[in-house]
Amino acid sequence: MPGLTQGSDLTDELLLPTVSPRRMAFDRFVGHRAAVVSVFVLGTMVLFVALSPLTARYGVNEAVQAPPNYFLSPRGIAWLGTDDIGRDLYSRLIYGVRVSLIIGFFSAIISVVIGCVVGAVAGFRGGRFDDITMRVTDLFLAFPFLVTLLVMRNMLGAIDWLRPIMGDISSVRFIIVLFAIFGWMGVARIVRGQVLALKEREFIEAARAVGATRWYIVRRHLLPNSVGPIMVALTFSVVSAIVGEATLAFFGYGPQAGAGATSLGILVGQAKGAVNTGFWWLALFPCLVLVTIALSINFIGDALRDATDPRMQKDA
Amino acid sequence: MSEPILQIRDLTVTFATPLGPLVAVRGVDLDVGAGELVAVVGESGSGKSVSFLAAMGLLPSTATVHGSVMLDGVQLVGASAKQMRSVRGRLLSMIFQDPLSALNPVHRIGAQISEMLRAHQKMSERAARARAVELLEVVGIPQPGDRAMQYPHEFSGGMRQRVVIAMAIANSPKVLIADEPTTALDVTVQAQILEVIQKVQKQFGTAVVLITHDLGVVARVCDRVNVMYAGRFVERAAVTDLFDAPTHPYTRGLLASLPQAGKERLVPIVGFPPNMLRPPSGCAFRARCADAVSDCEHAVPELRAVGAAQSACIRAAELMQPR
Amino acid sequence: MLRFIVRRLAWSIPTLVFVTFLVYIALRIGTDPVESYKRINPRVTPAKIQQYIEVNGLDPNYVRGYFQWLVNFITLDWPRSIKGSREVWPQLKDALANTLRLGAAASTVGISVGLLLGVFAALRPGGRRDVAVNTAAFVGISIPPYVSAILLQLLFAVYWSRWFGSTLFPTSGVYPPGHTGFNLVLMLKHMVLPTTVVAIQIIAVYARYMRSSLLDVLSSEYMRTARSKGISERRVLFKHGLRNALIPVVTIAALDVGAIVGGLIITENIFSYPGMGKYFLSAFGEGDFPLLMPWMVLIVASVLIFNLLADVSYAWLDPRIRLD
Repeated sequence: MPGLTQGSDLTDELLLPTVSPRRMAFDRFVGHRAAVVSVFVLGTMVLFVALSPLTARYGVNEAVQAPPNYFLSPRGIAWLGTDDIGRDLYSRLIYGVRVSLIIGFFSAIISVVIGCVVGAVAGFRGGRFDDITMRVTDLFLAFPFLVTLLVMRNMLGAIDWLRPIMGDISSVRFIIVLFAIFGWMGVARIVRGQVLALKEREFIEAARAVGATRWYIVRRHLLPNSVGPIMVALTFSVVSAIVGEATLAFFGYGPQAGAGATSLGILVGQAKGAVNTGFWWLALFPCLVLVTIALSINFIGDALRDATDPRMQKDA
Repeated sequence: MSEPILQIRDLTVTFATPLGPLVAVRGVDLDVGAGELVAVVGESGSGKSVSFLAAMGLLPSTATVHGSVMLDGVQLVGASAKQMRSVRGRLLSMIFQDPLSALNPVHRIGAQISEMLRAHQKMSERAARARAVELLEVVGIPQPGDRAMQYPHEFSGGMRQRVVIAMAIANSPKVLIADEPTTALDVTVQAQILEVIQKVQKQFGTAVVLITHDLGVVARVCDRVNVMYAGRFVERAAVTDLFDAPTHPYTRGLLASLPQAGKERLVPIVGFPPNMLRPPSGCAFRARCADAVSDCEHAVPELRAVGAAQSACIRAAELMQPR
Repeated sequence: MLRFIVRRLAWSIPTLVFVTFLVYIALRIGTDPVESYKRINPRVTPAKIQQYIEVNGLDPNYVRGYFQWLVNFITLDWPRSIKGSREVWPQLKDALANTLRLGAAASTVGISVGLLLGVFAALRPGGRRDVAVNTAAFVGISIPPYVSAILLQLLFAVYWSRWFGSTLFPTSGVYPPGHTGFNLVLMLKHMVLPTTVVAIQIIAVYARYMRSSLLDVLSSEYMRTARSKGISERRVLFKHGLRNALIPVVTIAALDVGAIVGGLIITENIFSYPGMGKYFLSAFGEGDFPLLMPWMVLIVASVLIFNLLADVSYAWLDPRIRLD
């Protein structure tokens, strides 16, 4: 008799194909063209920067030729022009971006790790710890960003016993730690929010009912389900660190890592002077690079957020 | 039966999806007489809600509706937006499953009801508020005057559904469509809500289409039952006839799967609902039907009279013989 | 509600004291006020140094020092700047006024345009308008304000005059150098560029907020109920859609506005606009403790007040929120 059992071909053809959530997220991400383009752009940039001794044409502190060599507009020997003492902007951009990307990624990773731990604990346990943490982060985040950044920078830089950990106030390490200290708060809030939302869901209750320990629940259920928001928080931390570093450098508080070493922020900072003097390449190219990096990372973060949002597409 | 107040003929609803066109409703006919309480039974995905959302004109733009829906002589399919706005809330009302999300959380209850009144009747704000309080009393809300000033989150689930009902019948519509009104409520509250619906039906003479998947609800309050499967009606019968002598294998499966005292195991219907992106040929139920024969895959069966009922099973008469 | 406000206001006083205490510590450690004083005035006598320490509450014991400072502050006996012994309040007052003007203008323009764009985009999600608005907002957010400031400055300061011979929009200061007195037109002209820079960011952010909030609301069940009542589409959109979508946006706006007082530092710096930002940067750079502390108090107070405002407005708009 046709068509009774579950395993029959008939039933199979009547079922919808199944797709894993990871695959769905990946597909959704790939559907965001801007994000995919950004991945390539960013990837190319990272490659360029990683291979820097090969891709740069001159050293970071090296003059392109004998004087007169300053403020040369873009031309054959200096693709993007030269700065006030004749150094090739193109090469300096490569080295500068390398420093900035390092600062961005490392501080973001540290922030996210700290933020995840604090946020997960605060969200999961609630109570006093949660209250206090949220009050503190609320207050911090409510203040004007630059003010707190500058004040914290000076304060931390002046505390002697922190120096072994953080390095000298003008070192790259210091900046990384500074942004990490800043960044974890935003991440913690995001993770906490996610944990709070998940905590009440039935699958957590079910896990508790079969006797799972709290640690197991966090590890096996809460964290994997928070991967989406965490990755988004990661990308935005990177952007805010890179832009933050540029901001600090703009005001002269950025990293000074030795002879002529530069960062993207320092290069953008020089743009201000270039405005008055009309040497547009010194302003335009660093700004373009900064904006491109920020845009790319933002696009990727936005696409990640859409891709990992468990809500269904709005019009399907 | 005198001229039915709601007459649906050959209603078809197709959704445009990224995976292709999905035909959710495949030619549905229904007659509802004035003041009648009619049940539409089916499982999730059978198309029961979609059919009536289509009648209300509340489907998203990805949906295409064909066929005819005549309400008191007015054709609703293809009607202009302005016409539909005039019909909704005045001639045809709908209430939904979850009363909490159905009500706007930041507006007071009284205001939400008076908004319904003033949309279709010329009334001053004060008169509308007063009428709203009366309506709350009709549906059994205690201290209606005070309660009208409260917000939805201050009500319990059952109370909220009463409010929703009050809002829906505010303008004495000819037809009220109740889409799973009790599914989100406790069992004890379910009975109360059904009573309210019945009371309202008698008091205002409103015909009610009760959409549900719960046969217990059907047994309680309905006169006639229409069973839907995979976007089509497969059986129509009076309530008692349906329960005593179901004429379609799907209905039989539904009844058999009900828990009963004394029964040791639950007997579900085997298999899964069909994929409406690629509807099967012939009878949509045949993959799950113990009585299917090769003829079942040839043509989509129409409803045919089998005694006092109607059935879409080609073997209905044969299978009704005592074995 | 009233009780809540009173209680919060009462709580803000100890909070204010506590936070300013933290700021006090941070500034003392970070800027070394005494050393800065000595650096700016190299020929100062030990007696004057001691006086400076007392008047500013810089006792070696931080707690004692803080209370010294607090007493002086409350009794309005404010010590003078380390540079040239100028009075603090006149400088601070002017800076505050300038920043408030700029902030108010930019916020008004930015938030209203942003909200409109957000609504515009959300009404046809996925459509061309939506994509255009979204992308533009995105780019707006990704361009740090000083980049747009520099580029605008480049355009108007250098190239416009080069191309057109005259300056359309001045790129620095509140008035042209040397101008005294009040002149509305000149003031507005000077404000155009900095306002634009700040407004771009605000527009971008609020367009996205509003779009996201409205999209959420539009897909809610109660929107379907509203439509099923047969009320006009306009009413559905305004009384149900926007009314609900504005709630989170207003709350955030209240917080953002509170942060404006100290949040325009970069823009002010680039356009040489003498506001709170410029005040802070130069005071901070010099380690001018007497100038810095009152500034900080203003910022903290502003944050606390607007936090309270945000909470109150949220509760007022959304009846589901129970205030403590």
